[in-house]
Amino acid sequence: MHELAITEGIIEAAVPEAERHGAEKILEIRLKIGELSGVLPECIQEYFNIASRGTIAEGARLSVEKIPITIHCNRCGYDGEIPKRKIHCPECGSAEIKLMSGREYYVDSLEVE
Amino acid sequence: MEIKIVKQILEWNEDVSKQVADLLSEKKVCLINVMGSPGAGKTSLITDIINRLRDTFRIGVIEGDIAGQIDADRIDKMGIPVVQLQTDGACHIEAMSIQHMLSYFNLDEIDVLFVENIGNLVCPAEFNIGEDMRIAILSVPEGDDKVEKYPLMFATTDALIMNKYDMLPYFEFDDARVERNVLDLNGKAKVFRVSTKTGEGAASFVAWLSDRIAAKIKV
Repeated sequence: MHELAITEGIIEAAVPEAERHGAEKILEIRLKIGELSGVLPECIQEYFNIASRGTIAEGARLSVEKIPITIHCNRCGYDGEIPKRKIHCPECGSAEIKLMSGREYYVDSLEVE
Repeated sequence: MEIKIVKQILEWNEDVSKQVADLLSEKKVCLINVMGSPGAGKTSLITDIINRLRDTFRIGVIEGDIAGQIDADRIDKMGIPVVQLQTDGACHIEAMSIQHMLSYFNLDEIDVLFVENIGNLVCPAEFNIGEDMRIAILSVPEGDDKVEKYPLMFATTDALIMNKYDMLPYFEFDDARVERNVLDLNGKAKVFRVSTKTGEGAASFVAWLSDRIAAKIKV
């Protein structure tokens, strides 16, 4: 059910911004989604198609760019990407790490006309 | 035409979550987000903690459920301030709901507030509610593959409780596998093996919890 909350969030983020730019129609909404966030883009499009009816976002395509999980290791200073299943420093094995990216969920840009 | 906007979709939730956290820091209240599947033992764990810590801390509870108030009644009978939050179908609790619910408590007379989240391993993990810590519960009958299947909940938790540990002989449940997978995702998580029915393992968990609460609310 929370896909619906997220879909409404996308529309709330996109529509006023497009209107502020005088757009008549939103063609595409580009999302950036971190690998650690558990939302399925396929589901979102289905919900979006329903929730956007009657708005200038109706019929828009959602495109998703995935953002990899990157960390900074507080012990050895490693900066870089790590796989989803092992949230450890790949260099020294420390768990004292700071998550730098991977939990994002935002609207990056719109294509409008 | 392209418009660059860069707007967090759950921004409203993050903003409110921060406001809740700030208010509770000022009031010296420790907020604990308890998450797990339906039937994992969230309410039983909370009632067990209440019994063990009610002489040490002033405790309150927010009971989240999609419908009904069975759990809230259970806590209310113990003489603990409790508010039922009905999400009316939604799969998770949002920070806005917690902010609203806080007005039902006298925060000057509360040290620790437990939020029993909606029974679900997926959605609640996505929403911060201003909590100081998260406790995830996984019970033995649910199976030992849940950490791999629902990584976000276990990657963001401060403690994992393997509940119904007394049932271990009856299920194909490799507790070492669960512990390994949680620590791979989240090296800072503390893992406890507990039975809320027999009381096994609860003392060491509650001792750890008590230290964490005391650290938050100390003057």
